[in-house]
Amino acid sequence: MIRSGFYLKGLLSVRSADSPAIALGCSFLAIGALLKNIGFNFQQSVSSTLFTYALPGQLVMAESFLVGASLVNIFIAVWLVNARLFPMAVSMFPLLKSKKQPKWKYYISCHFLAVSSWLIMKKDYRTIDESYRIDFWMGIGTATWSVAILSTILGYLISDYLSKDMMIGLAIVNPVYFFCMLLGSMKNIAIGTSVILGTILGPVFYLISPEWCILYGGVTAGIIAFFAGEIND
Amino acid sequence: MTDFSSNIILVIAVTSIATYLSRSLGVLFSERIDENSKIFRLFDCIAYSTLAALISKVVVFPAGDLGEASNLIRLIVVFVCVGVFFIAKRNLVYPTVLSAILLTTLIKFV
Repeated sequence: MIRSGFYLKGLLSVRSADSPAIALGCSFLAIGALLKNIGFNFQQSVSSTLFTYALPGQLVMAESFLVGASLVNIFIAVWLVNARLFPMAVSMFPLLKSKKQPKWKYYISCHFLAVSSWLIMKKDYRTIDESYRIDFWMGIGTATWSVAILSTILGYLISDYLSKDMMIGLAIVNPVYFFCMLLGSMKNIAIGTSVILGTILGPVFYLISPEWCILYGGVTAGIIAFFAGEIND
Repeated sequence: MTDFSSNIILVIAVTSIATYLSRSLGVLFSERIDENSKIFRLFDCIAYSTLAALISKVVVFPAGDLGEASNLIRLIVVFVCVGVFFIAKRNLVYPTVLSAILLTTLIKFV
């Protein structure tokens, strides 16, 4: 079924000092507090992270719920903001493919796909035997998902003690951490151009279409970066 | 169960389905993609650029609590932390911890 050695190695990959668990924990702590403040009970707050596990999508859900948006509108808004998960999956799962492994592992473990787990996997996959990368991935996913759930619980429980300033301070941790991580992964022309252009075009497209800016900015920047990389090769 | 509670459950269900859709379609699509192909490299670029677009959108046009800090303060915090990241030989701990402290301090005193 699952090779425990590789699974454990993945599970333990979040315990290093510079692990994304810190940024992930801070963000989901804030989400736990936010959900309590808008009227979610304990079970509902935990279920949100348990079943969605995508921070921007959960934020959009909370905002849409507050303004009384319809279910269809919430679905579209969340799908748009989480559409980044599609190219992330396409650019990672081919690295995990193995004929020895059953398909259910891929379809279940894709729930663990998030910026934190994706960046760890992209950094470490070469060190893992091809046949067992999916087990390693399931370990990483279980660890990051658990951190998110536990932090949501903690955030919910301590929300009354978190001041507005502390909530704002927690909210900057996630973008700073992942931006630094992205800068650290700029190892060739294509990826470097992707990160720089994506950073510029995301806000630029926001001025044209706030809902579609991530998709428009990301796809445009990605295509330009791809050709820049091809020309350079 | 009250209407409010059942509404929240529906909202969570819809959010989860919308999110899983992108993830599972990505897995389905990736079944036919080879890691050495050009299409894989293209999606790799799009994945990185989409993440960068999302992060910069969150900083420049934030939703939620982060919007309470001014644009200038948010950008100062990000630039300082990126500088610290490179000065500290790409250590992620220093800029991460510094970001929360710096933003909270700047909001209080600026």
